[in-house]
Amino acid sequence: MIYLILVFFLLLLMLGAAVYAIVQKDLLYAVIATGVISLVLTALFYMLQAPDVALTEAAIGVALTTIIFIITIRNTVRHEDDYNKKDDLKSAIE
Amino acid sequence: MKHELFEILQFGIYSASILLILIGLYAALTKRSLIKIVIGLSIIDAGIHLLLVAIGYINMGTAPIFSPGYEDAAATMVDPVPQALVLTAIVIGFAVTAVALSLVIRLYRHHHTLEIDEIKNLKW
Amino acid sequence: MKKFIVILMLAVLGYYLGTTFYSLGFGDARFEHGVKDYYLENTVSQLNVANTITSIIVSFRGFDTLGEVTVLFLAATALGGILYKKRHHIGDRSVLFPASSIVRSGSKLLFPAVILLGVYVFIHGHLSPGGGFQGGTIVATGFLLMLLAYQDFTVSHHILSFVESFAGIFFVAIGLLGFINGGTFLQNFMPVGTLNDLFSGGVIPIIYILVGFKVAAELTGLIYTVLNEKD
Repeated sequence: MIYLILVFFLLLLMLGAAVYAIVQKDLLYAVIATGVISLVLTALFYMLQAPDVALTEAAIGVALTTIIFIITIRNTVRHEDDYNKKDDLKSAIE
Repeated sequence: MKHELFEILQFGIYSASILLILIGLYAALTKRSLIKIVIGLSIIDAGIHLLLVAIGYINMGTAPIFSPGYEDAAATMVDPVPQALVLTAIVIGFAVTAVALSLVIRLYRHHHTLEIDEIKNLKW
Repeated sequence: MKKFIVILMLAVLGYYLGTTFYSLGFGDARFEHGVKDYYLENTVSQLNVANTITSIIVSFRGFDTLGEVTVLFLAATALGGILYKKRHHIGDRSVLFPASSIVRSGSKLLFPAVILLGVYVFIHGHLSPGGGFQGGTIVATGFLLMLLAYQDFTVSHHILSFVESFAGIFFVAIGLLGFINGGTFLQNFMPVGTLNDLFSGGVIPIIYILVGFKVAAELTGLIYTVLNEKD
């Protein structure tokens, strides 16, 4: 019975993090929500009796995917509606 | 009592993985910023891996690893073939995400914007 | 208008996926005699390996692992080719200011422990959950920790590509040796020991150690290339 409640709680947490990741406009928070999805997925893989898959998902999904996303955000925009207003001004002047 | 519990568990895990795939597809088809599209692709990957591992589960099964005293416990083990496939799929999904993000960095350097509508307009 | 059509299409797709997977069932053995019976029987009697997933990935379906290693290599090469810049900023990194003293001293303590954990995981891949891919990514995470904490910590690019190419060539060479001795590519030609020994399983631990080195070197090179991007 406790097992069932735990599994349902983890599934609800995963779905809530997925909806938050695509609604939020600040991209850094969306990337951290993607990391939370991978973390819950690790626990679910362990409960479905697959320890090798859980190890791989924990090492790749949580650590390496998050760092590559963060470096991309560092080199591009931070918010979803940001863009360089230089071209907008140029077309407004012409 | 146990049969109803497993009915509820089946409903939960399959629905959650199918909902993850649909949420990721919605983000990949509707959003305008390129990084959101790549996040959507990553969420689709997570949903598919959960679906594949959940297919191979057997009631009251254990992990497919043998111990020294119990070499003939193969009758109560879960299916090992989907787990081997998902292990390869996780690594390849990460490689595809990394290459896609490097293309995003390169596009931003050239066009100075990340919206796909603006990038379609800027072709000389 | 576009969102409405997208939601309609996704609802139809979700309905068909749902009915397909509900008619399959969850948790009951629906395939009476599948491939898994052959793998679960022969992984102890023929190969003496305790971990079934390792014997499937390296020995029974070893050709797919060769393809996956090739895909990782192509991804690392493509990333290095796309983000190419004239390398006159070798010393700069994408970090904005240097890390605090807690991060610096903690990373110096944790770095040998993480490397040791990764090497342990990929050496004991055939006895307990683990293997080449898991251990390789743990080693790459250790290197990432040091790269983020110290500004002047560099990994020589030549050593990384040398280790990666060497491991890949040895993997194919072991496969060709099996071809010469036994008859098929990647066949087991060394003697299998007893169960739960470190040297059991024939050629499987050797292949997995090579895969662990290759994955660690590739992912470290990938992280290093991405971290050295600065506009």
